[in-house]
Amino acid sequence: MTEPLLSVEDLYIRFKTYAGTVHAVNGMSFHIHPGEIFGLVGESGCGKSVTGLAVLGMVPYPGEVIAGRILFHGENLLQKNRREMEQIRGGRIAMIFQDPSASLNPVFTVGSQISRIIRHHRRVDRHEARALALAGFEAVGLPDPARIFRAYPHELSGGMQQRVMIAMALASGAELLIADEPTTALDVTIQAQILALLNDLRAAQGVSILLITHDLGVVAETCDRVGVAYAGSIVETGPTAQVLYQMKHPYTRGLLEALPRPSHRGKALQSIPGSVPSGLDLPSGCPFWPRCPEVMDICREQKPLPTRLDEVGHRVACHLYSREGQR
Amino acid sequence: MSRTPLVETRHLYKIFRSQSGLFRREKKEVRALNGVSLTIYRRETLGVVGESGCGKTTLGRTILRLIPPTSGQILFEGQDIAPLDRRTLRPYRRHMQMVFQNPYTSFDPRFTVLKSIAEPLVAHTDLRGDRLVARARELLQQVGMPGEILYRYPHEFSGGQLQRLAVARALALNPKFIVLDEPTSALDVSVQAQIINLLKQLQADLHLTYLFISHDLSVVQHISDRIAVMYLGQIVELSTADTLFQGGALHPYTKALLSSAPIIDPQLRRERIILPGNPPNPANPPPGCAFHPRCPVAVDVCSKVEPSLLEVESEHWAACHLVGKEVGA
Repeated sequence: MTEPLLSVEDLYIRFKTYAGTVHAVNGMSFHIHPGEIFGLVGESGCGKSVTGLAVLGMVPYPGEVIAGRILFHGENLLQKNRREMEQIRGGRIAMIFQDPSASLNPVFTVGSQISRIIRHHRRVDRHEARALALAGFEAVGLPDPARIFRAYPHELSGGMQQRVMIAMALASGAELLIADEPTTALDVTIQAQILALLNDLRAAQGVSILLITHDLGVVAETCDRVGVAYAGSIVETGPTAQVLYQMKHPYTRGLLEALPRPSHRGKALQSIPGSVPSGLDLPSGCPFWPRCPEVMDICREQKPLPTRLDEVGHRVACHLYSREGQR
Repeated sequence: MSRTPLVETRHLYKIFRSQSGLFRREKKEVRALNGVSLTIYRRETLGVVGESGCGKTTLGRTILRLIPPTSGQILFEGQDIAPLDRRTLRPYRRHMQMVFQNPYTSFDPRFTVLKSIAEPLVAHTDLRGDRLVARARELLQQVGMPGEILYRYPHEFSGGQLQRLAVARALALNPKFIVLDEPTSALDVSVQAQIINLLKQLQADLHLTYLFISHDLSVVQHISDRIAVMYLGQIVELSTADTLFQGGALHPYTKALLSSAPIIDPQLRRERIILPGNPPNPANPPPGCAFHPRCPVAVDVCSKVEPSLLEVESEHWAACHLVGKEVGA
């Protein structure tokens, strides 16, 4: 096994608010290998976005990382100082967001924005930066790169803006791309284009991708491995096929059965009773027990640890499979 | 099943005009609905799918006369409601309701649940006092919410709970027809399933007719009897959900749209047709077939002549020059 490019280990993030302390991330752990697309999937409030932000040291106020490690090439990013992080952020690790129009400054041309980022991370002059930018636009399949370079963000469609964001990430030499719901704001035909692009870039340039999404269909079609997050920690992880087709955790099963699909047509959908717990007031023990159809006594008291199920790295955090739960 | 139409549209057009530029000299026309004719039968769910800007939301709102059509007919139980004014339209309003996408903005934050749900009853009936409260409780029960929340405020509820309340409000006047505009798009999957199940249950119990608008193909597939696919203000294909989702789609746009949707089941995964480019700007539609610049199989005639929606098989309509040929051959 190769060394992971990124590994997030036992991460805890909390937000102190007037309403109380929100425990947004509670022991999140996963890793990404070089050249891999890892899907972090979950419903709203499961801590998936704030985990992505934490990797870049961008957890918004009043959030704070209170425990854990984030290792990139074996170095703990949480111990880097501000200047070191400025070199990594947007350079070796880049991030794209759901709404590309909010990530681009409307008063500067696309070209001036990308050039600035390239020159922040690489020692090149204006002309070389422009050449790199044009090559980047070409690589992400934007037609007429010279025109895009001169354009203002509002002149581009959502899909083209997202391509510009991806080009920015790559032009400065990113090894890891964090994509937070990169296609949620796009139409399905455009979503298909962007997902195909991410896949091509991984193959052509060896970029690793952390794909944060709520859409299990997107995961099924693009990710090598996946982690299912619930209430701030991973409840099930492993190769995509194992997690989606041989799921073990009752939450993963619930999510998959709740999805309308052709095989469920004409039947009532299985829904998970209740709703996602608030980070303000998490249940004790396993965070899923109040909604779990297979809840046992131990689940209310003890949070289950991930149990390894097989050789390919399928792990599940559930007492149905833990040593404690078997007793 | 005897099928009687409840709602029909005939050659429905909605053109939004805007003026911009210096002294508003530049006049723009956006054809949001470009001659839509369709029939919605009693007790069925007609799904409408399409990408942003295709006019699906405008269709729902125009049918309910929330916005006036530019031309064309809207028949409700055979009566054309398109030319009616505010006063003459009023008796029809109670039969036609709507549920919107965003439950958080569908409620006045200063109104209690009771006030929101009772509002249509106060406007259209003479129920007051205890009988009004009793009816509101009954509605809450129908959507699976406890009666004691009547005096609580919208901010106290989650998105899924608010969407149940929006359904309760839509049901208040015992409508025949409900337009559901992306009712589950703002919800998480586990909650989405609850709302879909609720809508299906209510339809069976109360004999409702739905127009279900969504960009989410898997949701539409699950809930609809028939599906209309829209592109740039027009219906390009209309057939039963079973036909379209079991490989029977004929229009190249429908095929591409269906193949673009991410699918979980590996055995159902198809060759993906990736369309080049973006949907065209409705203010500046291409000549001929609106889809031809992105169409993988376009031929000469497509850029010149606009295809019309034809019944190519029984219960299966498509607007494509090539589809007629295939069937004829």
